Amino acid sequence: MSWEIVIGLEIHVQLATRSKLFSGAKVGFGALPNTQTTLVDLGMPGALPVFNEEALRMAVTFGTAINAEVCKHSVFARKNYFYPDSPKGYQTSQMDHPIVGLGYLDIQIEDGSTKRIGVTRAHLEEDAGKSLHEDYDGMTGIDLNRSSTPLLEIVSEPDMRSAKEAVAYMRKMHAIVTTIGISDGNMAQGSMRCDANVSVRPKGQDKLGTRAELKNINSFKFIERAINVEVQRQIDILEDGGKIAQETRLYDSDKNETRPMRSKEEANDYRYFPCPDLLPIEIDDAYIDAIRQSLPELPDQRSARFVSQLELSEYDARVLSASRALADYFEAVVAVCNDAKLSANWVTSELARYMNQHNVEIEAAPVTAEQLGQLIGRIMDGTINGKAAKTVLDELWNQTGEVDAIIEAKGLTQVSDTGAIAAMVDDVITASPKQVQQYIDAEVDKRGKMLGFFMGQVMKASKGSANPGQVNGLLKDKLDELC
Amino acid sequence: MALENADIEKIAILARLQVTHSETNDYANSISSILSLMDQMQQVDTEGVEPLSNPHDATQRLRKDEVTCGNQREAFIAIAPATEDGLYLVPKVLD
Repeated sequence: MSWEIVIGLEIHVQLATRSKLFSGAKVGFGALPNTQTTLVDLGMPGALPVFNEEALRMAVTFGTAINAEVCKHSVFARKNYFYPDSPKGYQTSQMDHPIVGLGYLDIQIEDGSTKRIGVTRAHLEEDAGKSLHEDYDGMTGIDLNRSSTPLLEIVSEPDMRSAKEAVAYMRKMHAIVTTIGISDGNMAQGSMRCDANVSVRPKGQDKLGTRAELKNINSFKFIERAINVEVQRQIDILEDGGKIAQETRLYDSDKNETRPMRSKEEANDYRYFPCPDLLPIEIDDAYIDAIRQSLPELPDQRSARFVSQLELSEYDARVLSASRALADYFEAVVAVCNDAKLSANWVTSELARYMNQHNVEIEAAPVTAEQLGQLIGRIMDGTINGKAAKTVLDELWNQTGEVDAIIEAKGLTQVSDTGAIAAMVDDVITASPKQVQQYIDAEVDKRGKMLGFFMGQVMKASKGSANPGQVNGLLKDKLDELC
Repeated sequence: MALENADIEKIAILARLQVTHSETNDYANSISSILSLMDQMQQVDTEGVEPLSNPHDATQRLRKDEVTCGNQREAFIAIAPATEDGLYLVPKVLD
């Protein structure tokens, strides 16, 4: 039987406010335990929440960026459950009246076409603290620094049909939230994490299959893997005549499997009700319109501009606009060297290779945009060739110096002196009688390919410093003279 | 709407309240009588009336996004029953 995969994502985005959603405590990752809390965050009786206006502005900005209805009247509700990392006994969230209603974003799918994914809603809520289960004399340690950190929970429609589409949606969401500046998008630190609702159904069937919810996935790589193993698990069960249980599961990246979470008793009975400590939030059209007007250039717009203005390929434009930091970096490189296509190549291939190898994002790359721009400039003005440029990039990555100093110190300046190159070409031809004879004997249209051997020898003789264009021309002339 | 003893036991679990077997009956009766008052209120015609999320004729006041409280850990830790390494300790919980 052929199966259709149905995926919906709930993405939690940590908003980049300075202070907490309901208190004046600092928001920040990595501080000493319990140093960033107030009586409000501790859930002390009588301590009342006051809502952070920046969190509201960020949520509304998000709504306008995904073409969503922004709700002029929204209400905080209490989601009741008991867990020690939430000392109030409830999470302040939104239920019936979320701040952001129906919207959408477009993703690129594998065949290159565009697919629209619906966003059901986005609501504001507070994060909980952290439980540390290491043994403290048989007790559990609680750190409440994260408590009341503002989150925007973004709920998608079940519109995705493969793990790849889910990743594309998550990446686009990441690009949007970082571009509009409402989150740092740091997945390793939990600033963006997602739950995936996954089900399968026979192709052609309207009714959705029973879904499993995969909790707390915190990297693009794991979204794809977790969904794929879960889909296979469900198909195996159904094809053996079994039934899928509706349950919450955790993805174990070490074993590459999903397994059920120990069910918290009656966990799904949250008994939501409007929070009596917080009044309804009322905003007007003028407030929403002012925010809409101040939206920065969004990833899709930036990508389109890279194509129309800088004449990049659709593919490069999409890759480079995938995050605000990457797009900013790329444009800074172009500003220095003035060649968009070379800049795109160096950022998406050479620099990207180092970033993958060292597993760092562009924000942490040791090569500045200024340096990469200068390096490309040195290729353009003929000072160095592409091969030498890669050597310079390696040095830049290891932070041994600046572009011109590296070229000088390593003696990488390209030899464009025709006499010197001609001498090396002659040496190689004299030293390779066998290959020269093969060249002469070959069909004319095969000779082009055979030139590669001689090119390699000359470049080697020049320690990579010869101007490849000149070597090629001279070799061809001299060899053809012999034929 | 009348509550059974089983309903009371479930509510007690959700609210983390310890209710003894002998109390269960009493609670079932008293909560049922509150619910029957609600049933009575349900009779009121509320056609066209917007649900009220808050009785005050006011909207939420906003706070500037400023850090106004520094580290108060020592003061808070001092009133906690059990702490270690700056963490509050609670009976062991498992995920």
